[in-house]
Amino acid sequence: MRSKAVFGGRTRPKGSLVISMKNRIRNDIILALALLLAALAVWGVVSLTRKTGEYAVVLINGEETARYPLDKDAVVEIETEDGHVNTLVIKDGEASVTFADCPDKLCVKQRAIKRTGETIICLPHKLVIRIEGGGGVDTVV
Amino acid sequence: MKCTAYRITLLGVSVAAAMVLSYIETLIPLSIAVPGVKMGLANLVMVFLLYKLDWKHAAAVSIIRVLLTALLFGNAASLAYSASGAALSLIVMSLLKGSGAFSSVGVSMAGAVSHNAGQIIMAVLLTGTREIAWWLPPLILSGIVTGLAIGAVGAVLISKIKLKTD
Ligand SMILES: [Zn+2]
Repeated sequence: MRSKAVFGGRTRPKGSLVISMKNRIRNDIILALALLLAALAVWGVVSLTRKTGEYAVVLINGEETARYPLDKDAVVEIETEDGHVNTLVIKDGEASVTFADCPDKLCVKQRAIKRTGETIICLPHKLVIRIEGGGGVDTVV
Repeated sequence: MKCTAYRITLLGVSVAAAMVLSYIETLIPLSIAVPGVKMGLANLVMVFLLYKLDWKHAAAVSIIRVLLTALLFGNAASLAYSASGAALSLIVMSLLKGSGAFSSVGVSMAGAVSHNAGQIIMAVLLTGTREIAWWLPPLILSGIVTGLAIGAVGAVLISKIKLKTD
């Protein structure tokens, strides 16, 4: 198809393309649709397999350090290895981070979580809060 | 590519442009739900270099850009994310461009989506949490949008800016 294609008795120079611009744009659109479909498929699988969980599990550097039942309201100060702090609040069966001394504060802005497998992630602190239990799919390695 | 001074200047300007774009994207959170993940605006420079020169020049600028950005506005974790995003994006863009089946806009779109996917893969590896992969759908969508926008701007730059090497 590409540089080896023979055209008018000559080998086309390297980098010269046989596919017309019109067809390339058509391929772009097919690629965009394929990517949209992939996003939709992942989203479908995720939303179909999630159930309300039982525990908020705290992972630091990928290792579990604590777990708290979602049916008991609690306020927990999580301290990471290097002395940073995230405040985990469990209220009305949902877990959220209300305070953090990380630079981006993105964990604080994330919505409260309650379904199995949902996570709140604080990348600067390598901290993950994950909902577990409740008969959802176990996706832990 | 005879004139070395011209080439070095060109690479310098490319790195500077990529740095400005990297700085701008630190000011715009891609999604509050996906911490630490960047839009990949600097891909504009990579698309341009890929079409005007070759993947080697794009890779050189990308590596310098990733290192300098981490040094100036980031940390070790953000270095890992942006390096994996930049690497995967450049590989995918080079391959798709080489296939000749897509326009520069399509190549840019695939680059932006794989930039986001690369960051997610690194986040899964670093935090050991597979659930992060569940952020893929919104990131694929935002990749398509940013990639198309970058591709549109890139196509204009590719046709308007004339290099001595053309
Ligand atoms: Zn945080």
